[in-house]
Amino acid sequence: MTLHRFHGGLKLAAHKSVSTASSCAACVLPTELVLPVNQHAGDAAECVVQVGQYVRRGELIARAVGERSAAVHASSSGTVIAIEMRATPQASAETALCVVIATDGRDETQTLTPIENWRDVSREILLERIAAAGIVGLGGAAFPSAMKLSVTRDTLILNGAECEPYISCDEVLMRERAAEVIAGTQLLAHICKAERVVLAVEDRMREAHAALAAAIQDAAIELICVPTIYPAGGERQLIRVITGHEVPSGGLPRDIGVICHNVATAVAAWRAVVHGEALTERIVTITGRGVKKPGNFRVRLGTPIAHLVEQAGGYTPQAARLVMGGPMMGVALPNDATPIMKATNCVLVLADKDVQPTAPELPCIRCGECAEACPAQLLPQTLLTQLRDGAFGAADQQGLFDCIECGACAFVCPSQIPLVDWYRFGKSELRLRQDQLARADLARARYHARNERLARNAAERVARVAARGEEPASQAATAPENAEPVTPQPANTSAMDKAAVLAAIARGKAKRQTPPT
Amino acid sequence: MKSFATRGAPHLPAPTSAQRVMLDVLLALLPGIAAHVWFFGPGILLQIVLAVSFALVCEAIMLKARGVSVSLFLSDLSAVVTAVLFVLCIPPLAPWWITLVGMLGAIVVAKQWFGGIGYNLFNPAMVGYAIVLLCFPREMSQWLSPLTSETVSLGTALDAVFRGILPQSWDTISSATPLDTVRTLSLKDLMMPEIRHNPLFGDFGGKGWEWIANAYALGGFYLLWRRVIRWQVPLGVLGSVILLSVPFWLSDPDRHPFPLAHVFSGGLMLAAFFIATDPVTGCSTPRGRLLFGAGVGVITLVIRRWGDYPDGVAFAVLLMNCCAPLLDRYTAPRVFGQGKRP
Repeated sequence: MTLHRFHGGLKLAAHKSVSTASSCAACVLPTELVLPVNQHAGDAAECVVQVGQYVRRGELIARAVGERSAAVHASSSGTVIAIEMRATPQASAETALCVVIATDGRDETQTLTPIENWRDVSREILLERIAAAGIVGLGGAAFPSAMKLSVTRDTLILNGAECEPYISCDEVLMRERAAEVIAGTQLLAHICKAERVVLAVEDRMREAHAALAAAIQDAAIELICVPTIYPAGGERQLIRVITGHEVPSGGLPRDIGVICHNVATAVAAWRAVVHGEALTERIVTITGRGVKKPGNFRVRLGTPIAHLVEQAGGYTPQAARLVMGGPMMGVALPNDATPIMKATNCVLVLADKDVQPTAPELPCIRCGECAEACPAQLLPQTLLTQLRDGAFGAADQQGLFDCIECGACAFVCPSQIPLVDWYRFGKSELRLRQDQLARADLARARYHARNERLARNAAERVARVAARGEEPASQAATAPENAEPVTPQPANTSAMDKAAVLAAIARGKAKRQTPPT
Repeated sequence: MKSFATRGAPHLPAPTSAQRVMLDVLLALLPGIAAHVWFFGPGILLQIVLAVSFALVCEAIMLKARGVSVSLFLSDLSAVVTAVLFVLCIPPLAPWWITLVGMLGAIVVAKQWFGGIGYNLFNPAMVGYAIVLLCFPREMSQWLSPLTSETVSLGTALDAVFRGILPQSWDTISSATPLDTVRTLSLKDLMMPEIRHNPLFGDFGGKGWEWIANAYALGGFYLLWRRVIRWQVPLGVLGSVILLSVPFWLSDPDRHPFPLAHVFSGGLMLAAFFIATDPVTGCSTPRGRLLFGAGVGVITLVIRRWGDYPDGVAFAVLLMNCCAPLLDRYTAPRVFGQGKRP
């Protein structure tokens, strides 16, 4: 089986051995769990609990509204003490509605009915279960898995290529729970009816590879080692490496018949089906020189980061930056009060030496290192010039939206230019403009429609008057806005108009009374 | 609750810096400078000290006038690189004011008037060189001969540079570089093999010069290894020169120089690895770099063959600088996922 290459990429120091040295431990239950009702870029779930209500682990606390939304469940038993806006680590919204649970330590659990014979069950039922258990992509985007799985595909790729430095939660999962990974893979393959099933790991994950190879009994699953090049674990790059095809610009993997799921998602889906467990826990890597005892923990969702840091021995004096996610794409957090969410794969505390810039920022010297590193084959230096000059349209044409924000360009830049910040700025500016443009178009269309309607009304009135063989009212033709004709009308016409007006009022009333759906 | 300072990703600082890039270029020039000293004496070292001082002073004054950080932009070493490249193009015993004018042209006009590092359209060293070449052709033609047994001492060099007193023996000062010689002698209808019997010539190019060119190539390979430059530009320059001169030479070896003689003469090797590879004024796409390099090579050959100047590297680079933005535009790589349907 030949692997394909993608352009650019980086060979980065892995920094993973510190967190993979020990096995995955369970994080002690915190006294308070903070669960945002929206944990991804889609629509928020609707809260179904009230303050003071007792909830058990696995109990629904927010139900999904529509396909682009995911259910949220209590991750331990206790009392709901608040439903309020809290700071969350999402880049899109600084605060979000959160359900706060004071845990009682009993950890009472509620499960859905296990479906052990899932091979004999229709895919609709399985999809329903995956949605009900609140399963989302655990690799980073937290997109609802049921929606992604609802379209059948030719190829299923299980993504175990954890390409960012420091992060090791998937590696530990594959190493310690290989059988569950394989079972989850089979489940997902069954649901999306894939003919080809690929389980991709990085070539440096020897233990995980050995564990998976031992666990595979099903010849239909191809276990593939991909070269450790950042960002080989990016969806588009991994699909390219394995299939040789490129996901079209602006399109989705489904456009070329591929689906890509994270290995942890497969395990969570399998547990939801076979054990009836909702998604209430995930493996999180806590690492970096800023914590005393780096490692991987099974963490209940909603656990405050500060609590997890305590489990990892607390901060070291050098702790300088707190990052949710990896060092290349993660979000720097202002404080550690925010909770672990479904997409939180890593809490990285970097030391001051790790984040100190090599040199001050200088103008771009057009060295082209960024273009060499860009996995999307963009020209980052050109995009930078265009965005600095405010030429947003030109940047769009150059493929700004094909940027996956992997940070490879900014990492190699000898002038230390925060390139990814510029691209995010450019994208948000373009979205804003498109939005404004759409609104302006709508307003213009409405204005034209109104003018046309008024002109039509006037023309009809003129025609009506002409049909009766009378002199047309000159005002009606020239001033369409003037709804009431100034000239006195014959009695029968005004009576007809009156009836029409009354009917219109009645229609309007009826419309107002029907509740909005 | 512990608070932290935030910043956009990535959270790992770049492993390199612009200063480091410039330092690498300077390191890579050391073999060439050493070879120069070996064949022509320490005059060039004096010129380097002069040029670097002028460049830094010009740069500092301009930075101050522009109201930007003097220490930040002086420490990036780009002015030093410009100064050294300029010196490697001029005769080592040129008077001090040649260097001053060159640096004014390079740093003040070509670089700072256009906005400083990263914003200049034309290669500063080549602008400086072109200005002095056009304004002071006599001073720019007083080259040292590599044939004299004794090299020029530092005292002689000081005398020449500051007091305009050139060495007495005209064996030492020859107004002809190997390329000049090829030019003048071929105008006298001498055949190439006869010209090459002239003691000025070595195995490939000019005596001494060919070894300096080798040293430049050595430095160039260091830059390639350090990934400071990419292979496209040197290949474009050298490849186009060889490809274009081979048919001429094959058709009439008596009238056209051996292709390698082109490569090892004049400023071609320096240009291939150090001047045409300047990222700011060159192309940044892979295909663009190849075309840029090829353009430099072709224009150099054209000027050598038909132009009024024995070596046209500087003009070739400046002309290609004009084309770089357009080349970049038309050689942009295909974006991932665009224009290709499986």
